[in-house]
Amino acid sequence: MSAQVSSIDELKTTPWSGGKSPFNVEYGKMMMWFFLLSDAFTFSSLLIAYGAHRFSAHTWPMADLIFQSVPGMIDHGAPLVFVGIMTFILILSSVTMVLAVEAGHRMAKKEVVGWMIATVIGGFMFLGCQALEWSHLHHEGFWWGSIPHELGEYFKSKNDISAVSTQQFANLFFTITGFHGFHVFSGVVINIIITINVLLGTYEKRGSYLMIEKVGLYWHFVDLVWVFVFTFFYLV
Amino acid sequence: MSSQHTEELHHDDHHGEGMTKGRILKVAGILSAITAVEFFIALYLVPHDIMPLHIANPIYIVLTLFKAFYIVAFFMHLKFERIGLMLAIIVPILFIIGLILVLTNESHYWIDLRG
Repeated sequence: MSAQVSSIDELKTTPWSGGKSPFNVEYGKMMMWFFLLSDAFTFSSLLIAYGAHRFSAHTWPMADLIFQSVPGMIDHGAPLVFVGIMTFILILSSVTMVLAVEAGHRMAKKEVVGWMIATVIGGFMFLGCQALEWSHLHHEGFWWGSIPHELGEYFKSKNDISAVSTQQFANLFFTITGFHGFHVFSGVVINIIITINVLLGTYEKRGSYLMIEKVGLYWHFVDLVWVFVFTFFYLV
Repeated sequence: MSSQHTEELHHDDHHGEGMTKGRILKVAGILSAITAVEFFIALYLVPHDIMPLHIANPIYIVLTLFKAFYIVAFFMHLKFERIGLMLAIIVPILFIIGLILVLTNESHYWIDLRG
């Protein structure tokens, strides 16, 4: 056999020289990334629409005057405390999710199950908090297409009061946090399905816990969106 | 021998070098700390008139982008993926900046219309 190899064959080892995916990720994981990219566009459009409404309004209700309560505990005078709790719950559930992925790399089934259950609990806690906040706002009179009769407490000064801005705020708030909450709910459902699969030993048989990474990507994305919703609805 | 070989392949396929437990906790600490700073600004500095809103708002946005970087780079593992995948995800995001510029411009026109 001739040991001579033509130089053009020797070069075919770089990522873009063909024969294999230059991205070097499994198909499903790459598709999850592209789905999340499209979802990022959807959320950006909603948030940018919110920004456009807000920039085009002379006045806007103050977030720290609207979000004053911790439902069931403090009725008034605790600005942004409840949303702070929600934010930390979601960050923590993101942390437990990476820990599940890390355990999956080590093929440690029991640890994966534990961290996945923690993530699901975090998701349910967040959804519960959101339900409390929605019902609290609804009792105050906020909903799609309706606002409270007395708006004075939501603006810095009496001259600022604007029913149009308040209505826009209410519509955008329920639409955007609702769409995000729907994503959290889907994430929790997917996490439960994956946890059941882990318990059944599906991924152990398959020899890889890559599926945990894929649902992990989705779950982190939900956390990522919340980071932006939190900043633009509650802080700015 | 053979199982060791497949393990190495597995390792190579999934870029397992990325996240150790220590690193995960470090990133979690950074995310919590940034959130805590945001709350400190929103609940203490702004209400006590130590920091005006027009300075606080850009700070919130920069801190948010930092958090987004840490979540995407480390939790979503993008920092350890091939450059091709990174660019395939990051470059289209730049279109969003275009939409932000267009709609902030448009909203200033709307405010003129309203008078």
